[in-house]
Amino acid sequence: MNWIITENNKPVNLQDIPCLDINDLRKEIIEIKKRVVGFFGDKVFDGVKLYVVLADDEEGKLYISSSFFGADKKSYESITKTLPAFHMFEREFFEQYGIEPLGHPWLKPVRDHKKEYPFFEIKGEEIHQVGVGPIHAGVIEPGHFRFMCNGEKVYDLEIRLGYQNRGVEDLFVQNPTNQLAESVCGDSVIAYNLAYSRAMEALAGIQISNRAQLIRLIALEMERAAIHIGDLGAIAGDTAYQMGAAIFGATRTLVINSLLEICGSRFGRGLIRVGGVNFDISQELAENILKTLEKVGDDVKRTTTTMLKSPTVISRLERTGVVSFENAKALGLVGPAGRASGVELDTRFDFPDKWFLDKDDKKFKAAGDVYSRTRIRYKEIMQSLSLIRKFMKMLPDFEGEALYISCTNALASDKFVVSMTEGWRGEVVQTFITDNDGKITRCKIKDPSFNNWYGLAMAVRNNGISDFPLCNKSFNLSYCGNDL
Amino acid sequence: MLETLKLRIYQGEQFIKDIENAPMRSQFRGFPKLNSDVDITPCKGVCPTGALNTENLSIDMGKCTFCGACANACKAVEFTNEYKLASTNREKLIVTPETTFEEFRKTAFEVREEIHRIFGRSLKLRQVSAGGCNGCEMELNACSNVNFDMGRFGIDFVASPRHADGIVITGPITENMAYALEDCYKSTPDPKIVILCGACAISGGVFQNSEKLNREFLEKYPIDLYIPGCPVHPLTFINAILCYGATHVGTSELN
Repeated sequence: MNWIITENNKPVNLQDIPCLDINDLRKEIIEIKKRVVGFFGDKVFDGVKLYVVLADDEEGKLYISSSFFGADKKSYESITKTLPAFHMFEREFFEQYGIEPLGHPWLKPVRDHKKEYPFFEIKGEEIHQVGVGPIHAGVIEPGHFRFMCNGEKVYDLEIRLGYQNRGVEDLFVQNPTNQLAESVCGDSVIAYNLAYSRAMEALAGIQISNRAQLIRLIALEMERAAIHIGDLGAIAGDTAYQMGAAIFGATRTLVINSLLEICGSRFGRGLIRVGGVNFDISQELAENILKTLEKVGDDVKRTTTTMLKSPTVISRLERTGVVSFENAKALGLVGPAGRASGVELDTRFDFPDKWFLDKDDKKFKAAGDVYSRTRIRYKEIMQSLSLIRKFMKMLPDFEGEALYISCTNALASDKFVVSMTEGWRGEVVQTFITDNDGKITRCKIKDPSFNNWYGLAMAVRNNGISDFPLCNKSFNLSYCGNDL
Repeated sequence: MLETLKLRIYQGEQFIKDIENAPMRSQFRGFPKLNSDVDITPCKGVCPTGALNTENLSIDMGKCTFCGACANACKAVEFTNEYKLASTNREKLIVTPETTFEEFRKTAFEVREEIHRIFGRSLKLRQVSAGGCNGCEMELNACSNVNFDMGRFGIDFVASPRHADGIVITGPITENMAYALEDCYKSTPDPKIVILCGACAISGGVFQNSEKLNREFLEKYPIDLYIPGCPVHPLTFINAILCYGATHVGTSELN
């Protein structure tokens, strides 16, 4: 047995995880042809344990295996050479534990700013560099972008991050709380808190009520709709279609204010807690929200249709920032950015979940350009709104169920649990390991941005540098989710 | 084109006319109200940031994430929907059972005379996210959207510190952003102001125990304004700025 097979939010015993020689594990990873969702180390008393989590999206299963590096073993042969999707994972593992992937083509720091960062350079008479950041022109998070340009054309973009590194993983070991989970990435409050809470509930062995589950999912879909609407506004703004920016901005306000009506926070903070939810949605509130969301749906439809009929908008969006299906697949892009390039991944539907059964199988014309990434936002807003309607209608069936189940049980000891939630940006993966006292000893978080930043770098190649903001907005990746 | 115009007319006016008295939904968790007559024991240990002092009953709004965990646990703490939470004095953010909202508002602002003179009619700000989770950043962006429309008061976020009258800091100030933040501060021409926006910036918030922070900046330079929240609500932010500097460019002058 080279792998232990489990499911989303289903803990496995630590000692049941196979431990292979790294060369055998490497061969296995390459042969099994599954998608990487976790590749990280954990300090054990006499060395480092490497854990690998692969996803089988067709079967909805997770494959887990491991390898041990003793004190004298400081390197292994890089997997990235064969499977580029491992690129960031191997860099991160090297940075955190000092074990070198030999032959890695791009072994640079991920978050560590103490080391010199060697930027890629193209030399030539006509070539010039443009450096942007860490502080940007707008009110956004920090990161450094280095463009190698020939005139207006971008030959290469290198993105250096790590400015936001707050040591989140260590804080989860020190004192895990729902509030910390909410602040890992403040635009995905619900997705992060949901993944965290589900993992804790799985470890504590508690089953929360259907009503609480539905309220959580309503919030998750509201978060998705709200951000996607905001992003359509940002894309409109960057194509100088000001009316779109204004209307989408105002429409987004309606959605986040509905979240405020549920739980007192425009981003859903304080709603979810381990064991359930803190706030109920009364019948009256449900009806009010549905009425608001109906208007939201109409406005988004009308505005998107009008905007995408405008030739000045279309000419900016079409064939701009293309990521081909092959590249997206090889780099391991996830979420809407991946789906816009034809990588059909969505953990809501791919992994068994009784609330998400009928995956929308309408064909989406995925061209991998900014236009596709705009269209996919629109499609997903509509999908989220219809899911919210469906969940709201189901609420009365579970009237009177406990919102919250007191969770005083200790977490199960010596376990390994992987919790995946499809946030608006893609899969949020949180892995927790407990020791024999049931204390969390390792937390690993993977934001969808961790996969997708390199996709953005690929998208702007051979585009005009003035199209960069537009490409950037169409991805809208997280800095703090990547930097942790 | 006709469609576009129709859409424009259909949208109508979206902006909040009287931003200083804008109504807030009752569910919003704002200024806390403490009751020392109620047993506080159930609240012990529930506060994720140590904002709630159960020994000597008080809430530090500079640390508070307004998560409501304490209010859920016992009746000694209650959150009102008052959103004007800012102060020029860090100490004033600590709310005791004796502090009423009116009391707090009366003493919250002590503004240097020159501020009104220099920044009274327009204030340009440079925002620096120093480990911010994007929550405060999104709310600061919302300040400029069609609903809140902060620009009508002469308050704007500008692209360069060279164009700014002050900086707004969000996030707990990570080690990796410490240099850039200081650089930005030095690039801003004098006289300038520094605003701390959100629980993370004011106290480190949920990240206060992280080893990856470097908050030396706050010891080196004077701080002019503290705006609590997690994240800071746009109405909290705009009203804080209006009270602080541009008092006579209020809505009354516009109407």
